[in-house]
Amino acid sequence: MLLRIRDAVDKVTFTFDGAAVQAARGDTLAAALLAAGIDTFRISIVGREPRAPYCLMGVCFECLVTIDDIQNRQSCLVEVQEGMVVTSQNGARTIGRDDGL
Amino acid sequence: MSVRLINEAAQFAPKYDLVVVGAGPAGLSAAIEASASGASVLVVDENAAPGGQIYRAITRNAPERQPFLGVDYWKGREIAESFLQSPADYAPATTVWSLNPATTEDASAGPVLGVTLSGVARTVEARAVILATGAMERPMPVPGWTLPGVMSAGAAQIALKTVSAIPKGRIVLAGCGPLLYLLAAQLIEAGADIEALLDTADKGQRLAALRHLPDFLRSPYWLKGLALLLKVLFRTKVVTGVTALSIDGDRKAESVTFEAGHRRQKIPADCVLLHQGVIPGINLASAAGCVIEWNDRQRAFQPRTDPFGRTTAPGILVAGDGAEIAGAQHAAAAGRISAAATLEDIGILSNEAAASRLIAVVRARRNYLRGRAFLDTLYLPAQQFRAPTQPETIVCRCEEVRAGRLREAIALGALGPNQLKTFLRCGMGPCQGRMCASTVTEIMATEHGLSPAEIGTYRLRAPVKPLRLAELAALPQTQDAIFAVTGREATDYSPEEKGTTP
Ligand code: FES
Repeated sequence: MLLRIRDAVDKVTFTFDGAAVQAARGDTLAAALLAAGIDTFRISIVGREPRAPYCLMGVCFECLVTIDDIQNRQSCLVEVQEGMVVTSQNGARTIGRDDGL
Repeated sequence: MSVRLINEAAQFAPKYDLVVVGAGPAGLSAAIEASASGASVLVVDENAAPGGQIYRAITRNAPERQPFLGVDYWKGREIAESFLQSPADYAPATTVWSLNPATTEDASAGPVLGVTLSGVARTVEARAVILATGAMERPMPVPGWTLPGVMSAGAAQIALKTVSAIPKGRIVLAGCGPLLYLLAAQLIEAGADIEALLDTADKGQRLAALRHLPDFLRSPYWLKGLALLLKVLFRTKVVTGVTALSIDGDRKAESVTFEAGHRRQKIPADCVLLHQGVIPGINLASAAGCVIEWNDRQRAFQPRTDPFGRTTAPGILVAGDGAEIAGAQHAAAAGRISAAATLEDIGILSNEAAASRLIAVVRARRNYLRGRAFLDTLYLPAQQFRAPTQPETIVCRCEEVRAGRLREAIALGALGPNQLKTFLRCGMGPCQGRMCASTVTEIMATEHGLSPAEIGTYRLRAPVKPLRLAELAALPQTQDAIFAVTGREATDYSPEEKGTTP
């Protein structure tokens, strides 16, 4: 849903739901995912509807994803890192023993 | 000289003269001014690089590579560069989740902030805090605004600034205010094709704005504004007087339906960018206990401040758009003013030194305030976009509370926004009411025929940003706190020990 008009120079690779995604170093994760054509980041908690980033500035919390096993991270505030493992969220976050809550 | 970059929580000093929250024009200017006066300064900011939203990614972009961002954007270069050469501590990618004001009993204890950096939480003490957390876009709740493909206009601008990207497919802009036209111009410059700009401005405001026109014509804004308007009008289809707007699509935006000139129209759209002006982000100030008051001309709540930015909470000031919407140049001036005032309060600057610093900058600020009344009045968001009438419109995006349910609860006698929260859970999701607070107040005000000033807004509490319990639990504790919880002296307490939970 975003189209880069300048080529990414310094590239990094991470995964989203298992698929490899390329981005530029310094990109926020949310922008990198949108530029990679990913238009749904999560399924909403109450109505189970698809959601995607709305504000890209840390306000709306629509961009929540799981990054390296930590849930509910605002992807618009996190910079992409080589090898990051990102997964979409389905409904509410889960609480498990090793989550550190 | 250059800033000391803080990459991990252990690098924070336990105490600073001044902590500035936010690295936009207000925060950077406050930090430059204060550190030049010899104060120890820490700047914490959520983003990875200085600039705030208006000058987002300013140190990473270049006019040769990103000419589409426009001349006003590049003004941020100078501020960001002089900040990076200052002796301040700078903690980017850092979240502030709590702020407690100075206690009045103990004169030496200043405000305390709870911060998180790379997953590790710390508390940092300050003699004074300047909140320069800026503005957020006023939510524009319309049916379908939660669909993927719908973003705020500001989000599209951030994408342009941070990754040089434009929305894909058919782009429709909808809403009102100068930023919508600025974004349109930037997107056009960047090579985007805009299907339509749907202007929802209430034409009835033109007459009301007229009396502020002379002042606007003496302001630095009018020529720029006119040039922008003409550029967009020449290169895009602009529809004015737009009402009854909704977005449709199955799992993502596909079309926009609206009325204009008594005609209902539907246009295809892959990306819809919404905007109804900007309002101060008040969460941190509000949770710190600062008195929040209603600004009727800007139709928003803001912290109560004196002319120097001092709030009602001891040791806490607010500078820039977080105090009142007045733009980037005004914010830079306001940051310097608050810095000088607070350094005088804590005894780092003498009366005379502070006064001499203030003279020129107070005059400059007055100039930047000129013309605001005209813009505020002309672009006052139309009633139907502040208090949506269609019952199915989602107001609280996190808990998916719709306008119809809110009206029912209000009819049942809910006393205020806080009670609506208990009834319906609106404002209780992860965004903590940021995306619904203004709409909830507006709907309630309409239903009761009262001013939002009388309705009030959500009461907010720390943490104002989510943090993991593990981070909270790992906070270094004082001896007193350990004794209060465990009933034992810190010396016989080991954090490894398994506690018995009462
Ligand atoms: S997109 Fe709004 S918080 Fe990330």
